[in-house]
Amino acid sequence: MTTATTTSTTAEASNGSLLLTLMKLRTFIALFAVIAFFSVFAPNFLSTANLILMSKHVALNAFLAMGMTFVIITGGIDLSVGSIVGLCGMVAGGLILNGIDLQFGYTIYFNVFEVCLITLAVGIVIGAINGLLITKLNVAPFIATLGTLYVARGFALLSSDGQTFPNLVGKPELSTTGFAFLGSGRLLGLPVSIWMLIVVALAAAYVAKCTPIGRHIFAVGGNERAARMSGIRVDRVKMFVYMFSGFCAAIVGLVISSELMASHPATGNSFELNAIAAAVLGGTSMSGGRGTIGGTIIGAFVIGILSDGLVMMGISSFWQMVIKGIVIIVAVVVDQAQRRLQQQVTLMQLAKKG
Amino acid sequence: MQPVQDEDCVLRLEDVTKVYSGIVAVRHANLALRRGAVNVLVGENGAGKSTLMRIIAGVEKPSLGRILLDGKEVEFHSPADAQRHGIGMVFQELNLFGNLSVAENIFATREVTRGLRGIDHRAQIDKANHFLDRLDAGIDAETLVEDLPIGQQQLVEIAKAISLDTRILILDEPTSALSAAEVDVLFKVIRELKAQGVAIVYISHRLEELMRIGDYITVLRDGQITGHAMIRDIDTKWIVRSMIGSDAKDFAKSVDHRLGKEVFRAEDICLPRRIGGLAVDHMGISVRAGEVLGIYGLMGAGRSEFFECVIGQHPHSTGRVHVGGVDVSACDTSDRIQEGLALIPEDRQREGLVQALSIASNLTLASLERFLRLRFHIVGEKERAAIKAAIRDLSIKAPNPDFEVTSMSGGNQQKVVIGKALMTRPKVLLMDEPSRGIDVGAKADVFRTMRRLAGEGLAILFSTSDLEEVMALSDRIAVMSNGRLVTVIDRTDATEEMIVKASAEGHKTTREHA
Repeated sequence: MTTATTTSTTAEASNGSLLLTLMKLRTFIALFAVIAFFSVFAPNFLSTANLILMSKHVALNAFLAMGMTFVIITGGIDLSVGSIVGLCGMVAGGLILNGIDLQFGYTIYFNVFEVCLITLAVGIVIGAINGLLITKLNVAPFIATLGTLYVARGFALLSSDGQTFPNLVGKPELSTTGFAFLGSGRLLGLPVSIWMLIVVALAAAYVAKCTPIGRHIFAVGGNERAARMSGIRVDRVKMFVYMFSGFCAAIVGLVISSELMASHPATGNSFELNAIAAAVLGGTSMSGGRGTIGGTIIGAFVIGILSDGLVMMGISSFWQMVIKGIVIIVAVVVDQAQRRLQQQVTLMQLAKKG
Repeated sequence: MQPVQDEDCVLRLEDVTKVYSGIVAVRHANLALRRGAVNVLVGENGAGKSTLMRIIAGVEKPSLGRILLDGKEVEFHSPADAQRHGIGMVFQELNLFGNLSVAENIFATREVTRGLRGIDHRAQIDKANHFLDRLDAGIDAETLVEDLPIGQQQLVEIAKAISLDTRILILDEPTSALSAAEVDVLFKVIRELKAQGVAIVYISHRLEELMRIGDYITVLRDGQITGHAMIRDIDTKWIVRSMIGSDAKDFAKSVDHRLGKEVFRAEDICLPRRIGGLAVDHMGISVRAGEVLGIYGLMGAGRSEFFECVIGQHPHSTGRVHVGGVDVSACDTSDRIQEGLALIPEDRQREGLVQALSIASNLTLASLERFLRLRFHIVGEKERAAIKAAIRDLSIKAPNPDFEVTSMSGGNQQKVVIGKALMTRPKVLLMDEPSRGIDVGAKADVFRTMRRLAGEGLAILFSTSDLEEVMALSDRIAVMSNGRLVTVIDRTDATEEMIVKASAEGHKTTREHA
């Protein structure tokens, strides 16, 4: 909730509000802090080439984090996104390289566009399975998605026996060429994956703000029982968020294998943790009901810039982990402090009114 | 009120005030508890009895004022703290661990240990059985609490409090789930404890019980103490008068209007209880357009459960519900709301509001489809206009509709819940305890709104455990007891005695298992 503003009339309350405003803008402040820090200490940090490269890195995490944000707002969690990334990469790679073998001598090949659609469908289906487990079978989100994490990773490894699908250039006669466009193509000077991020982010932000399903996502996470009583179909809302999360993961699977022009079954390992970190850093509350897409994107940028910047400064990757962990913890502590302060300020205003 | 100065007084509250976010629960209360006596506390729902007791038991800290124990000022930081001072409490809502045995529950946090060899289960069970025998409970200390019916769980809770060796024992509606025989046993134990010099605080809504067991009585109204007397000097009329007050509440005048056709009919609604029996027992009722039907009943009479069945929250319930001639029995909550049903739930915080959302988003939560373009885009101006209209119509005191809903007082929060229901344009409005936990002014607003809506042709069913409210607001009065509809009376024929008598009906006959 970075955009909310408070107005206060009295002088002493404005002190609290100033602190509150600062705390609300903490993700922005963190973003500017890391950018300022690295522009001073990391050579070439502000060069266009580097900024674009970093954005491409950030985009991958940002996709996952957006899906994760919706899931967390409903009060759930999706641990399976990393594995979905891996499996979807393998699906895309396998379809381009080998097609579908129909067992009686024929093999179906799809063109790149169809491959992408199928891959996205796979991601959405796994999300739907998560959703069904959680809504119909009442499995706790943590456990349900932990299960699909293993299953999806297992299938990814099985699909190639643990091998990489290399060299996804495709054959012109099968119209399977052009897969590289997603990962390394450019439109108007910006990488395609960035354009995709912009489109998906705008769509997600629009859904969150201006559609009933968006409002329902917040309501379900804020108070599921009240949401049910208000006639919200809670199960459908949950299905939607897990399917959207699967969809975002599938996009990342496509982009990564397109960037590398190869699919490796271990791709996306522990990506889910980065996605959760970005969401939390962006102000999403793990207890549900609060969060914004904009905040999450900024959170993803903070984490991405932090890790790339530290690499550029030549800091050991072990230290990077320590620093990243501290940043996340500080973010949550500040988040809690802000909520307490907010409560105090409202209580005070209430008490003054009588 | 005169502070009591005799030496019998074991605990005294001086000028105690408790404020929660949005509501003043207790206002400058002075209360003296005498040892070796049953100190009765009465008041309507939301009068502040439970809050006052939670302060004494160390669950809540008073916002203002002090607590004097044996004349010395004390401060309780936790229930354990209060227990060390000899104060035990049986809460209205049971605080038991269902997954532990009766003995383990009784000795929770003060287990009988054998040094390093861990808990002495044998000794615990023996001691627990001793306390249970005193209550004639017929409960085995080794059974799991969750396997006991609710009445026996209540007895376990009482046994636990007795086992604490307390000087002050607070019983918050201890009989609400007990059968008549169990109540007799409880009273016997209370007399024993009294003889031992224990100060007992007894909270109940059942006036005849108070007259039987009480020595001193204190009456609370809207967080203030309005009367204090010896039981032998007074009668039930005095109690009712002090509870309700001479400054009768501001009930809006009934607007004369003609009743329309029947718009709501429930037939044969049944809801099984988890521990056996029926929470709603073959309930059937019909309401006409423009009619206000008050459903009166004690706690646990099944009113809330009935409303939840009607709105479609209980898939296991049976029976039929018709709204405006349409059978909605097969629909889910969402479709029933579409058909013109709306529920204002009893527990505003748990079931009515989404605390993280703004006032505005809460208001439109159930009726977003009214503001859509192309079936998915919420048109901002339309929504804002509707929110403004609702805030004006219900006189919600909202400084800014974009603030979080918890920034307002309880009464205004309740109005938001009502507004949310009204924005779905219902034909039938179900209101479960619409005046619970809100201040006098907000109550008057809510009652006025109910009148206005009935005048506009809405059928209203509301539940209450407030006699005066049900008499003043309803066109017809239905009384529920133990899940059953006991009687339906026209307001013109109804008397308070009839209603009170009917509300106890269901507790006499059944409950053989308890």
